[in-house]
Amino acid sequence: MEKTINLTLRVWRQNGPKDKGRFETYKVNKISTDSSFLEMLDILNEQLINENKVPVAFDHDCREGICGMCSLYINGRPHGPDDDVTTCQLHMRKFKDGQTITIEPWRSAAFPVIHDLIVDRQAFDKIIAAGGYVSVNTGGVPDANAIPIPKADADESMDSASCIGCGACVAACKNGSAMLFVSAKVSQLALLPQGRVEGARRAKAMVAKMDELGFGNCTNTGACEVECPKNISLSNIARLNREFLSAKLKD
Amino acid sequence: MSKLNARIPEGPLAQKWTNYKNHQKLVNPSNKRKLDVIIVGTGLAGASAAASLGEMGFNVKNFTIQDSPRRAHSIAAQGGINAAKNYPNDGDSVFRLFYDTIKGGDYRAREANVHRLAEVSNDIIDQCVAQGVPFAREYGGLLDNRSFGGAQVSRTFYAKGQTGQQLLLGAYQALMRQVNLGTVTLYTRTELVDIVIVDGKARGIITRDLVTGELQRHFGHAVILATGGYGNTFFLSTNAMGSNGSAAIKAYHKGAMFANPCMAQIHPTCIPVHGESQSKLTLMSESLRNDGRIWVPKKKEDAEAIRAGKLKPTQIAEEDRDYYLERRYPAFGNLVPRDVASRAAKERCDAGFGVGTGLAVYLDFKSSIERLGQKVIEERYGNLFQMYEKIVDENPYETPMMIYPAIHYTMGGIWVDYELQTTIPGLFAAGEANFSDHGANRLGASALMQGLADGYFVLPYTIQNYLADDIATKRMTTNEPEFVEAEKAVKARFEKLMSIKGKRSVDSLHKELGLVMWDFVGMGRNKEGLQIAVEKIAAIKKEFWSNVRIPGDITGMNIELEKASRLADFIEIGDLMARDALNREESCGGHFREEYQTPEGEALRQDDKFAYVSCWEFKGSDVTPELHKEELVYESVKMVQRNYK
Repeated sequence: MEKTINLTLRVWRQNGPKDKGRFETYKVNKISTDSSFLEMLDILNEQLINENKVPVAFDHDCREGICGMCSLYINGRPHGPDDDVTTCQLHMRKFKDGQTITIEPWRSAAFPVIHDLIVDRQAFDKIIAAGGYVSVNTGGVPDANAIPIPKADADESMDSASCIGCGACVAACKNGSAMLFVSAKVSQLALLPQGRVEGARRAKAMVAKMDELGFGNCTNTGACEVECPKNISLSNIARLNREFLSAKLKD
Repeated sequence: MSKLNARIPEGPLAQKWTNYKNHQKLVNPSNKRKLDVIIVGTGLAGASAAASLGEMGFNVKNFTIQDSPRRAHSIAAQGGINAAKNYPNDGDSVFRLFYDTIKGGDYRAREANVHRLAEVSNDIIDQCVAQGVPFAREYGGLLDNRSFGGAQVSRTFYAKGQTGQQLLLGAYQALMRQVNLGTVTLYTRTELVDIVIVDGKARGIITRDLVTGELQRHFGHAVILATGGYGNTFFLSTNAMGSNGSAAIKAYHKGAMFANPCMAQIHPTCIPVHGESQSKLTLMSESLRNDGRIWVPKKKEDAEAIRAGKLKPTQIAEEDRDYYLERRYPAFGNLVPRDVASRAAKERCDAGFGVGTGLAVYLDFKSSIERLGQKVIEERYGNLFQMYEKIVDENPYETPMMIYPAIHYTMGGIWVDYELQTTIPGLFAAGEANFSDHGANRLGASALMQGLADGYFVLPYTIQNYLADDIATKRMTTNEPEFVEAEKAVKARFEKLMSIKGKRSVDSLHKELGLVMWDFVGMGRNKEGLQIAVEKIAAIKKEFWSNVRIPGDITGMNIELEKASRLADFIEIGDLMARDALNREESCGGHFREEYQTPEGEALRQDDKFAYVSCWEFKGSDVTPELHKEELVYESVKMVQRNYK
C-alpha cells in the first residue's frame, strides 16, 4: 500500500556563519509517504552526493523526537505542518504530490546560523548554567521518599520538564523570546520542594541571563505554545512571572 | 594473562566495595585543582562523572559531538531505572538485584562489579530526587514503581515514558552548574579522534572541531571515555544517528582491550522497518510489556490474510491468537528478558506467522484497556502511543501495535577492571562504552542505572585512587612530541579519506555493512554464516578505502567526512564482532549460536569452555587480533541454565 510523491524543495544553503546564504531548488522523486521528513532529506543528500555536490547540513540525532537536536522551519512553521511533533517525527504523508516545500533554519537573533540549516543554540545552555538546577552535590542527600510530594504537583512538574530544548518556541515568536523555555524549567523546579528552596534566586538569574543573551520580550502572542512539539503550556510563563515578581519585590 | 588483572578487592562479595573505599588512596582538595581530567561524552555516565568530579574540585574538560550535552542518546531511554529500594515491600534486596542482573546476563558478567552496581542503585534514586527529577508518584506522595523484564519484583522507577530524558537533564543541570562555577570546561560539537599516550599512560586526546574542521590537542592527567555503544555498526538500530564506536576503536588501537564485542542486545519491541529509505529504528519501551500482550495468529492462513490486507487483527478471535510468550514461559509471560522475547518473535515470523510485512508481531493493549480503562493506559504510556501513531499512522488504542526486534544496546565494549580502568593506565571507560556489568544480556532499566552508578558513585572514588600517585605530575604542554605525532597521524588519516574520491556514498556502504551484520551476526548466528561475514566485511573495508566519495573540503563543516571516519571504525568493529561470535562456540544471552541450543530452542551455554570474557588485543591493521581471556569466577551464585518458565 506504499504511496510515493514527487516534490520540489527550496532549501536554505549557507556556507558558514559569514556567508550571506541563499535558497537552492532541488527536485526529489518517488518519496514514500511512510518516510520521515529527515529520511526524505537523506534521499536528497544521497542524490547530491551522487552528483558530486555537497549535501545539505542539518541537525538531527535521535530521530525519536526526544533529543531536541532537529530543528527546521518548514513552509513557515517550526517543525513543519504536523502538530505536537518534532521534524524527525514528521512524516511525508503530511505532504501532497507535486508540492513545493521551503526549508529554512531557525531565524532568531539569539540563534545564529552556523551552516546551511544548522543554528547555534548554546544560549539555552547558558541560561540553564545561570540557575536551571537544584544546587546539590553528589552524595549526602536524604532518602528519596523522605519528602512526600503531592501526585498532582509531581505530574505538573513532569509536564513542564518535558521540554526538549529544541528552540521552536523562540523560532515561532515574532519577538524571539525564550520565555516558554525558561518558564518550563523554573516551573518544573518551583513545583517540587527540592527546587522551592532557591526558587527566587533561580527565576532572577535565568531571566537576567535570557535578557543578556539577546532574546526578545514576551508579548503573550501564544505562538510558542502552538508550535511547541511537547505541548509545554503557556501557564508556565504565568508562573514564571509570578515567581519573578515576588522575587523582585523581596529585594 | 598478565595483561588482564581485574583488581577485584579482597573480602566477601558484599564487603568488597566498602573495603575498597576504606582503603583506597585519596587526593586532598588543594591537589585536586592541579589535576586535569578529560571526560569524553555527556550522556548519563559522562555528565554525571563530569559534574561529580567538578564538584570535588578536579579541573574537568568535557567533550560532546552534539551542540549541547543534553542531546546525548541517554535522553531517549524510555522505561525506567532499577534500584533495590524495596519500597513496594515485594521482597527486593541488593542481593536480588545483583542476582537478577547476573542471571539476566546469562552468567557472563563480573560478580564484583555487578554487586557494587546493585549496592549503589539506591543512592542514585536519592540523588536524582534531590536534583528535582520528577519521578512518578502515588497519591500518598511517595514514589511509584513498575516491573520490567527478567524480574519478579517491581523495582523500576520512572518518569512517564521519558525516564532517560529526566535523568539526563538532572545530570546535565548538575554539569551546567559546574560549568557556571568554572570547574568544568565544555567543548561542544567536538569529536575525539585519537588518544595520546605518554610514557605508557593516557595523557590527552586529539579532537576535531566539527564546525571548523580544526584539529586540537588537549592534555589530561587521566582520560575517561563515556562514549556509548556501537550498535550503529548495524546501520539500522535504535541508537541515535550520531552514536558511534570510534572512541572505543581509538582506545583499542592504542592498546586497550575490546571485550565481548559480539554481545549485542536485540530489543524485542521496536517499530518494524518500513522500507529502503529507513534511517533508524524506533524503540517502543519494554515497559509496554507490563500491560501489552504479544501475539501472532495461531493459523497460518490468518497470518497470510493479514499480510495481504484482507483481514484485520481485531477480527481474529481470541481462541485463534497465539500468545506465544505466555504459552512458552508461563512464569514470566510477556516479561521474559529481551533476548528471549526477541528470539521468540523471530521464531514465529520465520515459521510464517508474522504480520505486517511478515517481520512483525502484535503488541496488544485490548485486555489492559478493558481491565484498567483507556485513561490509565494513557497516563502510563501516552507519549509512546502518540509516537507510534505519528510514525505508523495507526491508533494503538484501537488496533494492536506491530513490533519487531532491533539492535538496541551493546553489552560488549572496552575492557575495564574493577576500578573502570582499561589496560592503558589512566584511561577509564564508563557507561555503555565499557563491558562490565551486563554480561551477555542487559536487563531493562539497567542501562540508566549503570551509567549513573559509574559517573556519580564509582569513578569519583576509583579515579582518586589512580590520581593520588599523579599529584607531582605537572600539566604538560601539548607541544610534547607524543601530541604532535598523534595529531599528524590523525591529519594523515583525514587526508587519505578525502583523497579517495570514489563513487560510493558513506551511507550506501554503511547500509551494506548493516545488512551483513543483521543477516550473519544478528539474532541467529552459526559458524558458516560468521565465516561469510568475516569475508564480506573485509570486502566492504576494501571497497570503502578505495571507493568512498566524500564531497566538500577537509576544513569547515563536512558531515560526510565525519560519517566516513566513523564508518571506517564501524567496519573494524563489525569484524571484531564476527570474530568474537565465531570464537564463542556456545549460546548465551544475546549471543545465539544456532549450533548450541536446547531441544526447546533455548540458549545453551558451555560453561566448561566459555565462562570467560573474550578480550581482543589489536595487533595491527589487517592482522588478526589476539584473544586474551578473563576467567569468570562465581563465588556467590551458582551457574545454572536460565529458566523463565
